[in-house]
Amino acid sequence: MSILIDRTKRVLVQGITGREGMTRTKLMVGYGTNVVAGVTPGRGGQEVEGIPVFDTVEGAWEKAGPLDVSVLFIPAPLVRSAALEAIDAGVKLLVIVPDRVPIYDVLSIAKRAKETGAKFVGPNTLGVLSPDKAVLGMMGGQAASARSWFFQGPVGISSRSGGITSSMAYYLAREGIGATTLVHVGGDVVVGLPHPEVMHLFEQDPDTKAVVMFGEIGTSQEERVADLIEAGEFTKPLVAYIGGKAAKSGTRFSHAGAIVEGGRGTYEGKVERLREVGATVVESFMDLPRATKEVLASLGL
Amino acid sequence: MARLHEHQGKALLRQFKVAVPRGGVATTPDEAQALAEEIGAPVMVKAQAWVTGRASMGGIKKAATPAEAATAAKAMLGMKVKGFTVEQVLVEEQLDIAREFYAGIIVDDREQAPLVMFSSVGGTGIEEIAAANPGQVASTHVDIESGLQDYQARNLVRRTGIDGRLQRDLGGLLVQLYNVARTYETRAAEINPLVETADGKLYAADCRVTVDDYAVFRHKDLGIEIAREYDRPPTALEKIAYAVEANDYRGTFYFIQMASDFEQGEGYVGFHGAGGGGSMMSMDAVLRQGYKLATFVDTSGNPPASKVYRAARIVLSVGPIDGYFGSGSGVASQEQFHSARGLVKAFLEEHLSIPVVIRLGGNSEDKAVDILQQLNGRIPAPVEGYKKDDSPDFCAERLDALIEAGQLRDVPPPPPRPEPQKPYTFETVTGGTITYDHAICATCKNKICVQECARQILSLNDEGLPELNITPEEAKKGRCVECLACEVDCLLYGAGGGHVHLPIPGLDEHRASLQNP
Repeated sequence: MSILIDRTKRVLVQGITGREGMTRTKLMVGYGTNVVAGVTPGRGGQEVEGIPVFDTVEGAWEKAGPLDVSVLFIPAPLVRSAALEAIDAGVKLLVIVPDRVPIYDVLSIAKRAKETGAKFVGPNTLGVLSPDKAVLGMMGGQAASARSWFFQGPVGISSRSGGITSSMAYYLAREGIGATTLVHVGGDVVVGLPHPEVMHLFEQDPDTKAVVMFGEIGTSQEERVADLIEAGEFTKPLVAYIGGKAAKSGTRFSHAGAIVEGGRGTYEGKVERLREVGATVVESFMDLPRATKEVLASLGL
Repeated sequence: MARLHEHQGKALLRQFKVAVPRGGVATTPDEAQALAEEIGAPVMVKAQAWVTGRASMGGIKKAATPAEAATAAKAMLGMKVKGFTVEQVLVEEQLDIAREFYAGIIVDDREQAPLVMFSSVGGTGIEEIAAANPGQVASTHVDIESGLQDYQARNLVRRTGIDGRLQRDLGGLLVQLYNVARTYETRAAEINPLVETADGKLYAADCRVTVDDYAVFRHKDLGIEIAREYDRPPTALEKIAYAVEANDYRGTFYFIQMASDFEQGEGYVGFHGAGGGGSMMSMDAVLRQGYKLATFVDTSGNPPASKVYRAARIVLSVGPIDGYFGSGSGVASQEQFHSARGLVKAFLEEHLSIPVVIRLGGNSEDKAVDILQQLNGRIPAPVEGYKKDDSPDFCAERLDALIEAGQLRDVPPPPPRPEPQKPYTFETVTGGTITYDHAICATCKNKICVQECARQILSLNDEGLPELNITPEEAKKGRCVECLACEVDCLLYGAGGGHVHLPIPGLDEHRASLQNP
């Protein structure tokens, strides 16, 4: 199995006729994703990579059939409207790729999603990729690269940084360790599927035996993952690296959010908390493959 | 986050009928005196700066007379508080404070909703209050679509033990504070202290507002110049860098200046990262070699070559760095040769003489590194390019080795570019100008520009010379994505007739000012 995406999911691309929309539709189709329709208002009747384009999501659902996922390649100021359109039409998973989406727009999308049982990844995400199955977004860049870099295996990958998602998967693959699904949680403060939510999904996936997580300073995502482990809600071994260590030595990359969590969000805080609950936290990014190998070995894999 | 000064926050509160002390902004002691006279009562003089703890820095003073107000203003104006220079003071009537509260609206990323917080004790930080007196702090999430209801606000206040008229008034104020936050899309909007005066009225004695960077574009009336979070004023270079970013939404260019006034040999490196996580992780590698960062840059999100070029030129303007280090996640989804071309153009123009190590792993890394390594022999500096199978630590070790070795190639600077004999020009979306000297193009054997043009907008005309196959207007609108192939590949592999001029507003003046302080 895998989480979020595989070959069975029927995928819509919103903004399909834009430059990014067209290029990444090519990637998705080339990698095996079941892209069934695209939407760009005013461009109904056109085709991109053989995929029919419609004027509205409702129209796409009507003519092309039910849509499980929508991937958005839309200018930031228009994302909210497009996302609400998809959710209202019945789409249950959105992948919001664009950067710079205003926070209150994301909150609005989050509320509608909660009300309807929909989920969204991002915004500001490279996407989601299940090796040898399908990809949503732009992870891998080109289908040929994605095929050569990633292969199927027992590790789930979750990262707040985009390029790092592919890096981790590649460096693990180089050591013979494959992945079930790569998830780029997204770089923004408010994201639809933060690390803890991704862990819930990996917990329920029988093929995922361990998870590798790239965390960062700021927000409380990593601390909440630790909470899940402590509560017995996430039981699979976790290997993590936290970026932003240098922030303590006078460089300024930290986010706000300390008020809500009472001081949570520091590098030290996250590392300590994760280690406290038994997760493996590596000091150097390039130690991740070795540490993961050891964890898998201890599982008899 | 884009921060507003206290007086700006108070102006927003006033708009929404939240009472603030009578007063105004002064930029000179005379203005402060005039304001105090107008108010006709003892005043507070408050330095306007994006810092906390102004009082202990002499940034908040009482003034019993207009003359005292002038004196206080004089002392504050021009004062440096935590790196900020005070340019304005707020002069406002003193309040007869009976009681202090705290009111704040923030965005709770965990619950994905705004959060209203109220405390019946104000004046110090909310964290301290919450820790010391949990019963005096209450908070509630707000429905983003229906807003903060009046009764929700009153119940919030009730939970801290306040009843009756005061509860009603505080509730009403919280609703208006939320409206300010929602209207202007704030990351945080706080009133601390929120004051009840002896005569029972409520005033916002202080106000801190930060606006969501990504929403600034739709609040031009706020006059926010730079939608970035700095806990010190932006440097001249940071403003120049921000202007590049503000003018070009393709990809991301994030720039922090980390040092100034340093000398060659002090171990400062120009750091140019790609991707937030990749940059942070690669930064660690450079620091482990014992170097210090002069810059922190992130060009990512598939930026055009022109943006990477501008970023590099800005990095190279920070001062006498000992080396240039570029590295991102290592396995980029974007095509890496765009960044390579941007770097090459910058390094050639600067005739770079400090070692360069760039880790350009990911899509098209072979092509990217090939382009980059063509620099060897064209500039004095040694240049090494690495790919995804090379670790950041290895690359940082290489930089260290090259800096230690101090070996430069004996390459004289090229002569200044001559005026084109037969210019063919068109403009680009960020104000650039592309010129092909057709006299030179006529001698070119491969016309590589046509093949390498990222958007295939060039074709050979009847004389076999490269021209746009779209209109100049379309090119300028953005069909030309400034990939720099028609300059860089032309120079490296063709006859060298192509040139892309990309202005970076303010950079030349800035560099000149460093030469002649």
